[in-house]
Amino acid sequence: MASALINVPARARRGDVIEIKTLISHVMETGYRRSQLGARLPRDIITLFVCTYNGTEVFRAELHPAIAANPFIVFSTVATESGTLAFHWTGDNGFSVTESARITVE
Amino acid sequence: MRRLWVLVGAASIAASAFAGEIPRSERRSGYDFMGRETRAMQDDDTANPGMLWVLEGESLWDRKSGAAARACADCHGDARTTMKGVAARHPSFDAALGRPVNLEQRINRCRTERQNAPALASESRDLLALSAYVARQSRGLPIEVAVDQRMQPFLDAGRATFHRRQGQLNLACSQCHDDHWGRRLAGNVIPQAHPTGYPLYRLEWQSLGSLQRRLRNCLVGIRAEPYEYGAPELVDLELYLMWRARGMTIEAPAVRP
Repeated sequence: MASALINVPARARRGDVIEIKTLISHVMETGYRRSQLGARLPRDIITLFVCTYNGTEVFRAELHPAIAANPFIVFSTVATESGTLAFHWTGDNGFSVTESARITVE
Repeated sequence: MRRLWVLVGAASIAASAFAGEIPRSERRSGYDFMGRETRAMQDDDTANPGMLWVLEGESLWDRKSGAAARACADCHGDARTTMKGVAARHPSFDAALGRPVNLEQRINRCRTERQNAPALASESRDLLALSAYVARQSRGLPIEVAVDQRMQPFLDAGRATFHRRQGQLNLACSQCHDDHWGRRLAGNVIPQAHPTGYPLYRLEWQSLGSLQRRLRNCLVGIRAEPYEYGAPELVDLELYLMWRARGMTIEAPAVRP
């Protein structure tokens, strides 16, 4: 299952600093834990999160083991023009999710 | 209805005979014992990880399932109206089984009886998602489990379990949650054990979990043998806890440390 919750203000004034909140469903298995039978649980984490604003990268985060499940990433950017914010998470086992949100800048 | 209230009244008089029953004005949700950050996380639907399960439950609600090829929505329609208040009324009496069932069991009864689909496993992602979605529709509504003559013996059994010392530590639920709430157990504040936000996201679990998972946790904590998921003892205890929290507001899906 892959679902994400994105919170971007629908409208903003040019030059405003806007806060963007993202929450994605992921187990973030560290790769260091063992099952009750002693077998090592293979690592399964999100490794990279990128946000682009009308194609320009505005935020990037590399994720590592020991980051909690369902990563909640909050960051800010400057509202420059109306358009689309695209969010992309990639990770182990071919994990890849893309979401987008519209913003109107006046 | 009148008879029901008389019964409820009689039951509350019986309950007040137990030492340490928390008076209504002093009842507090676990929310009130949390830190500012955790409260903010619960209050903001885009920061509350429990909403991920609600989102998933919403899509499961419309998905056809089982041999009957029926979705929840085919019978129940729009959950936002039809499921309003349902979680606040569970556990509720099931006439066919002759005993109370909790929300998860009710969903599974629907699956096996109406959808001809296999029951979902306890604590499975799909069952948590569906129960979170249904419980979400009761947010802000007061808990009101209907206790009538048929329910009374199960409520009494739940109350007895709550007050019975058990486990290697020889502790009863009531010793912490009635007598010592607000004080500390190691680093944690002892809450009053009102199940207002289930299924809820526990930061410690890094996942959503049901009330039964929480109860089994507590039982392990007092070094007692935990009851199996779906065991009648756990459902009776759930019933007693919901009755004990009557009038309090549902806040599902809650966030707890």
